[in-house]
Amino acid sequence: MAAHLKKRVYEEFTKVVQQQHEDLSAKKLRLTKPSKSAALHVDLCKATSPADALQYLLQFARKPVEVESVEGVVRILLEHYYKENDASVRLKIASLLGLLSKTAGFSPDCIMDDAINTLQNEKSHQVLAQLLDTLLVIGTKLPENPSVRMRLVEVACKHLTDSSHGVRNKCLQLIGCLGPVEKGVAKEAESQAAKDVQKIIGDHFNDQDPRVRTAAIKAMLQLHERGLKLQQAIYSQACKLLADDYEQVRSAAVQLIWVLSQLYPESIVPIPSSNEEIRLVDDAFGKICHMVSDGSWVVRVQAAKLLGSMQQVSSHFLEQTLDKKLMSDLRRKRTAHERAKELYSSGEFSSGRKWGDDAPKEEIDTGAVNLIESGACGAFVHGLEDEMYEVRIAAVEALCMLAQSSPSFAEKCLDFLVDMFNDEIEEVRLQSIHTMRKISNNITLREDQLDTVLAVLEDSSRDIREALHELLCCTNVSTKEGIHLALVELLKNLTKYPTDRESIWKCLKFLGSRHPTLVLPLVPELLSTHPFFDTPEPDMDDPAYIAVLVLIFNAAKSCPTMPALFSDHTFRHYAYLRDSLSHLVPPLRLPGRKLVSSAVSPSITSHEDPSQQFLHQSLERVYNFQHLDPRGIQELLEFTIRDLQRLGELQSELAGMADFTATYLQCQLLLIKALQEKLWNVAAPLYLKQNALASAAAKQILEETYKMEFMYSGVESRQVVIIHHMRLQAKALQLIVTARTTRGVEPLFGMCEKFLQEVDSFQRCFISELPHMQGSFVDKLLDLMPRLVTSKPSEVVKILQTTLRQSTFLHLPLPEQLHRATANIIEPTGESDNPLRFTSGLVVALDVDATLEHVQDPQGTVKVQVLYPDGQAQLIHPKPADFRNPGPGRHRLITQVYLSHTAWTEPCQIEVRLLLAYNSNRSKASTRIPKSTWSESLEALPLSENGIEGTIPFSKPVKVYIMPKPARR
Amino acid sequence: FPHVLLVLCCAGAGQDVGRSCILVSIAGKNVMLDCGMHMGYNDDRRFPDFSYITQNGRLTDFLDCVIISHFHLDHCGALPYFSEMVGYDGPIYMTHPTKAICPILLEDYRKITVDKKGETNFFTSQMIKDCMKKVVAVHLHQTVQVDEELEIKAYYAGHVLGAAMFQIKVGCESVVYTGDYNMTPDRHLGAAWIDKCRPDLLISESTYATTIRDSKRCRERDFLKKVHETVERGGKVLIPVFALGRAQELCILLETFWERMNLKAPIYFSTGLTEKANHYYKLFITWTNQKIRKTFVQRNMFEFKHIKAFDRAFADNPGPMVVFATPGMLHAGQSLQIFRKWAGNEKNMVIMPGYCVQGTVGHKILSGQRKLEMEGRQILEVKMQVEYMSFSAHADAKGIMQLIRQAEPRNVLLVHGEAKKMEFLKQKIEQEFHVSCFMPANGETTTVITNPCIPVDISLGLLKRETAIAQRFPRAFPPFSPQSFRLVSPEQALKELGLAEHQLRFTCRVHVQDARKEHETVLRVYNHLKGLLKDYSVQHLPDGSITVESILIQATAHSEDQGTKVLLVSWTYQDEELGSYLTALLKKGLPQSTP
Repeated sequence: MAAHLKKRVYEEFTKVVQQQHEDLSAKKLRLTKPSKSAALHVDLCKATSPADALQYLLQFARKPVEVESVEGVVRILLEHYYKENDASVRLKIASLLGLLSKTAGFSPDCIMDDAINTLQNEKSHQVLAQLLDTLLVIGTKLPENPSVRMRLVEVACKHLTDSSHGVRNKCLQLIGCLGPVEKGVAKEAESQAAKDVQKIIGDHFNDQDPRVRTAAIKAMLQLHERGLKLQQAIYSQACKLLADDYEQVRSAAVQLIWVLSQLYPESIVPIPSSNEEIRLVDDAFGKICHMVSDGSWVVRVQAAKLLGSMQQVSSHFLEQTLDKKLMSDLRRKRTAHERAKELYSSGEFSSGRKWGDDAPKEEIDTGAVNLIESGACGAFVHGLEDEMYEVRIAAVEALCMLAQSSPSFAEKCLDFLVDMFNDEIEEVRLQSIHTMRKISNNITLREDQLDTVLAVLEDSSRDIREALHELLCCTNVSTKEGIHLALVELLKNLTKYPTDRESIWKCLKFLGSRHPTLVLPLVPELLSTHPFFDTPEPDMDDPAYIAVLVLIFNAAKSCPTMPALFSDHTFRHYAYLRDSLSHLVPPLRLPGRKLVSSAVSPSITSHEDPSQQFLHQSLERVYNFQHLDPRGIQELLEFTIRDLQRLGELQSELAGMADFTATYLQCQLLLIKALQEKLWNVAAPLYLKQNALASAAAKQILEETYKMEFMYSGVESRQVVIIHHMRLQAKALQLIVTARTTRGVEPLFGMCEKFLQEVDSFQRCFISELPHMQGSFVDKLLDLMPRLVTSKPSEVVKILQTTLRQSTFLHLPLPEQLHRATANIIEPTGESDNPLRFTSGLVVALDVDATLEHVQDPQGTVKVQVLYPDGQAQLIHPKPADFRNPGPGRHRLITQVYLSHTAWTEPCQIEVRLLLAYNSNRSKASTRIPKSTWSESLEALPLSENGIEGTIPFSKPVKVYIMPKPARR
Repeated sequence: FPHVLLVLCCAGAGQDVGRSCILVSIAGKNVMLDCGMHMGYNDDRRFPDFSYITQNGRLTDFLDCVIISHFHLDHCGALPYFSEMVGYDGPIYMTHPTKAICPILLEDYRKITVDKKGETNFFTSQMIKDCMKKVVAVHLHQTVQVDEELEIKAYYAGHVLGAAMFQIKVGCESVVYTGDYNMTPDRHLGAAWIDKCRPDLLISESTYATTIRDSKRCRERDFLKKVHETVERGGKVLIPVFALGRAQELCILLETFWERMNLKAPIYFSTGLTEKANHYYKLFITWTNQKIRKTFVQRNMFEFKHIKAFDRAFADNPGPMVVFATPGMLHAGQSLQIFRKWAGNEKNMVIMPGYCVQGTVGHKILSGQRKLEMEGRQILEVKMQVEYMSFSAHADAKGIMQLIRQAEPRNVLLVHGEAKKMEFLKQKIEQEFHVSCFMPANGETTTVITNPCIPVDISLGLLKRETAIAQRFPRAFPPFSPQSFRLVSPEQALKELGLAEHQLRFTCRVHVQDARKEHETVLRVYNHLKGLLKDYSVQHLPDGSITVESILIQATAHSEDQGTKVLLVSWTYQDEELGSYLTALLKKGLPQSTP
């Protein structure tokens, strides 16, 4: 059952492979090629009725036709086409012609004349349409042939007067796809038809059939996409189409108007009812805004989406979109937003009793009220209130884009965005939170807005809460009450959802560092210090207390007066947190504290962090160990590795760098240790037992190098060389060990051969880097290469051994930024004692929720592994949709893993972990190297050498208690 | 053939709210739209005066059908009275939810009037049942043929569950009656929608003709804030609602809010209608909004967790609570009882979420009256806060305009609103859409002139031939016959009428100065025309004449002056355009001959 299940899981991912099979079968068909067209001919001749012929054609269409025989098949088909009386068969033939001309490698210009000829006598509209479609395919296959295109366009123009909409549709499509784009070409061809494709298409904007109108607009858009500059004259035509009865016409027209507004933003157009004139982009903006209240939601979505990209629009038009004049019984009324603002600015907000004060004020002049908004008025107000959430999302997106380009608009749209936080659909809420985050540089939240924002913290959806934390990270708050409110709400959130801990701490970190002056007056209250009394020391493990401290310490960073307010235990707690949560707590200059940073930080921080300095210093030390004795080297390496690992834990920014170098040094250490083994001095048969260490070391180095290559983002080619070099050394070591342990020379031949090939490919891959590798293993090896190729395996091994020992240790240059891919499984937590019970043979879904950091292309590389107690392992590829991207470099995997097993007697634990799959074929090294002469020889190399596929576990395994019960009979 | 369409606001809806009942006479068919009662009256005035319709005859003979837009009592309250007591046996149309809910409300109404107030001469439960048997339920967008000519079609109207707008169509004349509708979606219903049906007349409600409302989110937030504050103060909140409709929306709103804010104060829903109502809301999930339709698989939003049934004894319980009580205008029943109990305490609050008809307690307190005279001469002092939240699901001025824009009617008629407000909207509609707008008073008849199209038969062959010749007026004419119209070709018409065809030819002489021989002139003319008229077939015939399509050109030497040639141009009536063009061309003269 499990196997079956596994198969099912895999099925989704094997599609690519199946495709290849099809290709193979296509190749096989080559053998039967000559008979193919003949067989078709015979079949078609045999066909007694149209139905039969259709059947034959259908069968024929299922099999691919190879390039060489396409023309022959086409001729036969055409022959039958002329003979055929039945329209349906002709239609099928016409469509087959199109399919055949699509065949890769076939140049359809030879059949074009015939195809055009067939058009002449055709009576059936459907067949005509199909033939035109075929011509379109032919035309698109011949992009470099303007005369052919011209001819096809002419043909299409001729058929534009056809009475069937289908034919006209196809004609317009053809003109749109093939019509001449450059002006010059149009003049050269003196034919009448090609005089102006735009005009021809434009004439069909008023076609009686809506489908043709749509096709005409689409053809126009197609021309635009192909680079033709549309004429401004179309604008007025397109505007008329906005009032069309059919939604697809309106939808396309909106697009066309948008295109024109981007082409001629500054042109002046008259306003019909008055003498005034406005910019075209403003006019278009108004018109598209009008479409936001269209009857069809498809049009509404389209319009709302396009609004976002109209950034050239004037600001007063833009601001109108949020304007909605309220009235009640013909008296002007202020919106709730205006009221809230007034209450806030008059300082009455906190009284809370004045909320209902919405009595209408002044009388409105009835003549001045314009109920149907002429233009942009209230477009977003409508869009955000729309019935369909698709429209609302589109409107929010558009708001976001416009607000990013206009700070004043951002300020204005804030109220509306805040309102959207209470939308009934989660997606909309999430979208508006994200939007708010994106524009948060331009805005400061008022207290009442903050109140609404914070209310969302109680949302049960984790996505929403985390998005909100992100938002709070970069929000500006205006008052100290605001900060307090935020803190209180975040703590409430923390008690309600303890899993949000990290996210909340991070949020408070930014909140603190952004508003030091606002936090300052709150400190005594937050730390509950008292001028006279000693207060009890809070519990250091309380996440809420840590949260408060994170806020305060981050604020204290830029507020030197704050530490004076701390009590004794606060300092102690600071020291503890600085150590344990170094990524959240910044270094502080505290009075009476000896801090390394306090002395040097002002001068150093400008160019280099002390910790970074430390990193470089320790590396420097390691690289100069050449003159040390072997023991000393080993010790130095061990200490440095330890230091680096500790540094990585303390300094989150440097963690990647430190880990990376530590791993490299670890490899070197292993290599040195392996070479230090006594075994090399002992006669071969004796060290069978001891070789365990050397071969294990070789194996581990190999693993580590793969980790170094694929687990870190930001690795450059300079590092890749070093990593590959280390791998090569490991392989050499492996070879030596095998040579020593195995008897007989036979297997060695193959291994030596393989190794030499690897050296060879290394040289070719990294030829540009070789000059930097003086005195290294590979450098020496390449010098000896002529000798190696000719010598026997045993000699090769000897040479290798000596070079390996003599070679120097390569410096690992560090890139600017290096991040280690990490994964953290949040769910399952692995703490449950209740086994997950299910009937054996059936499946149970296990929810997996994990955060991934610095993983490039997680959709392709991250896998879930499930290990059963019987050693059976199952690899699951999560769907691409399961990955979310909450921020740069961060991903979140929320997926379901299906488990199944045969019945157990006891509940038992299975392990779930995340793996990072890599494929050295796709490795950065090979992609980065520019294609040179060696590329073809690479193909000749054995696959195993280039395509090492493997996985690196990069998360802690989580144990899940499961219990498959036997099925009840 | 202009037609006349009659609209009679027979009862309450003309320049007034309450007692909706409209008579429409369209192409000889009489349709009654809605059959409502008035909340403000307790005597005969509460029902429309049906005797006014027919004077003495039977209603069934006079009316072709009755359409009920939704289940509110001011739209269907008089139905049993009308069908059972006055007597009407024809079909009554309403949507499925309306048909399901309507009898519950009627029964409730009957109970209050008969059992509580002890009135006699009122319809009975049996009458309600009998009345419902006459109802035909329709689906949205389903075209129902009432008889051979009259057809009706329902559109979604928002407002309350099952509310619909109806299009009534006879031939190609049509009327759309909106009933009550809402153009902005709310927590449980979607927005009204209509296609571009271009009716001759749109009868629209205009309750909020002079109001443009704030966004619904602000309204919701305001509402929640008010309730929340009062509850935190320990006060009681009374929300008078109609048993169905707004109540469900507010319930969903409060329910989700309670859940989010983790509030403990109880929410009650008065009357036993809750279960029944919720049952129907659960049942007709397709009539609700996008969110509820999408999530009902996981959880039906109408299964409330925090909202419990109300018992009369709870009203005296200490501590905060929120009570939804019927009826919505505080004119009778439980809501009035609770109001009396709580009115004296300033901590309490009453939120009026909808419109109140004049004469009801609701209207009085909203207009600021603090001392009310109750039944039995006792004076009630209102100390509690009175809030008005515009939660009523009617379209505001913008919404009405939006609907008019969507439907593109030729005339608009406003009903169900106050005269002063209608006046404003009427002026706006006329100004912005350039369509005529009416606002009849009660009992007033409006006449709308329509221009119905006349169906004409045409043979397929002729149609194809004529449409192929693009955009030209069909050269065919209708022979007159009293029954129906037919479009035939001229040939056939001649044949049928037994007439011979007359040819009408124009001839014109053009003098051209040309010294050469006649045939040379002809050749020159031929070349000239050939060069100019590329699109036409220009032929040089062997007999020395030129034809351009069917136009004949001949050249003869002038009898007196050999240097002048006379070109004879002759064309038929049908080619008038080309002929005159040619003549004009030739009159301009030939180009200077080129060697």
